[in-house]
Amino acid sequence: MAKRLSTKRLALTGNEAVAEAFKQVNPDVAAVFPITPQTELMHKFAEYVNDGKVDTELIAVESEHSAMSAAVGAAAGGVRAITATSANGLALMWEILYIAAGMRLPIVMALVNRSLGGPLNIHCDHGDAMGARDAGWIHIYSENTQEAYDNTLQAFRIAEHREVMLPTMITLDGFIISHTTEVLEILDDETAKSFVGEYKPLTSLLNPDQPVTMGSLALPDYYFEHKRQLVEGMYNAPRVIEQVAKEYYELTGRQYGFLENYRMEDAEAAIVVMGSAAGTTKEVVDSLRDRGVKAGMIKLRVFRPFPHEQLANALSHLNSVAVLDRCISYGAQGGPVFGEVRSAMYGKTIPVHSYIYGLGGRDLTPHMVESAYNDLFEGKSDPRMRYLGLRE
Amino acid sequence: MTSVKELSKRKDIFCAGHRACSGCAPAITMRQVTLAADTNLVAGLSTGCMEVVSSIYPYTAWRSSFIHNAFENVAATISGVEAAYRVLKRKGKLSANYKFIAFGGDGGTYDIGLQSLSGAMERGHQMLYLCYDNQGYMNTGIQRSSSTPFGAATSTTPAGVKIPGKQQFQKDLTEIMVAHNLAYVAQASIGYYRDLNKKVEKALAAPGPSFINVLSCCHRGWRIDPADSLKYSKLGVDTCLWPLYEVEDGVYKLSMKPREKLPLEEWLKGQGRFNHLFKPENADMLKKFQEYVDKKWERLLWKCGEGKEKTKEAGK
Amino acid sequence: MSKLKGWKDIPIGAIVPHGGTAFDYETGSWRSFRPVHDRDKCIDCLDCWFCCPDNAILAEEGKFKGFDMMHCKGCGICAKVCPPKVGAITMKPESDFRE
Repeated sequence: MAKRLSTKRLALTGNEAVAEAFKQVNPDVAAVFPITPQTELMHKFAEYVNDGKVDTELIAVESEHSAMSAAVGAAAGGVRAITATSANGLALMWEILYIAAGMRLPIVMALVNRSLGGPLNIHCDHGDAMGARDAGWIHIYSENTQEAYDNTLQAFRIAEHREVMLPTMITLDGFIISHTTEVLEILDDETAKSFVGEYKPLTSLLNPDQPVTMGSLALPDYYFEHKRQLVEGMYNAPRVIEQVAKEYYELTGRQYGFLENYRMEDAEAAIVVMGSAAGTTKEVVDSLRDRGVKAGMIKLRVFRPFPHEQLANALSHLNSVAVLDRCISYGAQGGPVFGEVRSAMYGKTIPVHSYIYGLGGRDLTPHMVESAYNDLFEGKSDPRMRYLGLRE
Repeated sequence: MTSVKELSKRKDIFCAGHRACSGCAPAITMRQVTLAADTNLVAGLSTGCMEVVSSIYPYTAWRSSFIHNAFENVAATISGVEAAYRVLKRKGKLSANYKFIAFGGDGGTYDIGLQSLSGAMERGHQMLYLCYDNQGYMNTGIQRSSSTPFGAATSTTPAGVKIPGKQQFQKDLTEIMVAHNLAYVAQASIGYYRDLNKKVEKALAAPGPSFINVLSCCHRGWRIDPADSLKYSKLGVDTCLWPLYEVEDGVYKLSMKPREKLPLEEWLKGQGRFNHLFKPENADMLKKFQEYVDKKWERLLWKCGEGKEKTKEAGK
Repeated sequence: MSKLKGWKDIPIGAIVPHGGTAFDYETGSWRSFRPVHDRDKCIDCLDCWFCCPDNAILAEEGKFKGFDMMHCKGCGICAKVCPPKVGAITMKPESDFRE
């Protein structure tokens, strides 16, 4: 058992839990702009700023595009920079997400997942994050408020690691996590602070001894090399993610990795899922197990870098797999997670099925999850995407 | 104001080896403005000619720290750097003093970057935003911007048989910035470089955000001889199309009143982009343009307290 | 700097870790006209130095010292800003200087 330090148990919403983690990290610059359902996260953080509980310079920008731009400027200035957003806000940042990654700036962002219009909808799905999946950011998903808090603290260590140096987004499902009060355990401030550590920038615009140029123009003679370097950061990330999780486990006893395997040892079929849906799915697995059905579940925590190898190993003994996506990739063969999972399973003969669920905040009920398991166990195969909870 | 002789003893911040066109006026602007700064400097540039020519990897023409982010966000980007600076100073982690200048062309300032600029100025970041205004999207091949003058032929407002060039007058960005109640706002021209130098020194010393709009001709877009880049930047002032003035704490002051206000044609003629305005069928456009310039000039004189009685009417 | 480096040998993030590296880049070859200076006429006002887009005019101790031909692009602005009564700089076709 890991050694336990002083912790306290609080009842917080997901937004408050992330704001609490941000408070403990005490970042130098926060660029904020309101958008539902992220808004309360930065309300809470602004309170900490104005009450003097953090030393952060809060920049209340005039758009999310400027939020990410200011975060880039701050990170380039050699300080720890954060922001938070949802849906359209992330979409507006899109251009700068790539630049932040290309400049290798370890910005940490909380993404409170929300659907993208149209039609306009403020509720949860993963379409926002999935649109940014190739931007060069690390993506870490949370199942509940506890994980949202824990992931936030770990994100700084991962992003800022010298061999990674990539911006990192932690995500939490809009409303389902962001606005739901749950009891969670938080570290005391000192422990959290020392876990995250003092920030030492690799490069800074504000070093009078060494003026630097950042954001240069790379022509065909160098652009490709810079992109290959970014890939190397992604290649290095798994080792760092594991190391950071290990240290966090030693502090808290809470285990994190790329996947959470739930009742997988002797499972015959499993569902792969991300975010809050994992909670519902676990309930269904338990109930199926009670009835003697050998169901299992894999919760994917890290979407970028995608843990292809670990996932393939975890699924290799199954008869069939279903992937639940809270996002559609229009015109593709299945959801974005499905595409990754099936690619990971290349060369294996295990069928992998794609299910789309929960768009625009539609509840995923245990009944829906069970119907997917039933398909798996009954061997119902369908090469097309299937939908859970959709009216025909 | 520092003399040119004194300035010549300083080391250029915007150094030789940049790849601007021969005779580029914005390059002169970059050089002169950064020479005036004379301190640790973080310069930012929106995407555009000056960014492209000065930071082609692995080369940089910047001897100061420099950042480019994207086209529309130099003001927000420098906001972030300036916030980082403030927090480092507050925490005692940085002893050096810095100044911040965000540069943008007219496309990146009047158009796509206007929101970012407005936001940064409203928030009060301690920076100078300097627009090098060459009246069009020159880097992408001379398209019209909201700063392109009336009648000008550009790639997106060609001098057609039916529509002879741009049909709208310029947006008055300097006035928009005045409305932000900044510590210092000025209009300048690279054709009057001593005036520009003085304004940059003032802007950098101002207690709050400042903005300078500098007419910096693009000889490619204006279709003139490169050697005449300064001449045409100067004629813009002498014809009162681009008056030199400054606004400190809301008070207007004319920097220079031309001894003789030249007819607008003196600026238009010789610029290839206005050739078609001299065709007989476009005579009304010339007249309309002159009337517009006259009216704006009268209004400015009134604002600067130099107007005649009748110009009070124009000011209304 | 002429030899292109592999991805393992360049700083991350396309950062240029030193200022002013463009100085090594030759732009003088773009020139088709060359400025010629007449020391006897020059009054060392240094307007040419101040207005050169390419910092290709050298000044020392507040006096005109010469041209940096590695960077001069031959635009002729120096000749134009030289006060008309002084006329210390004239532009000559580059072909005049070829052997």
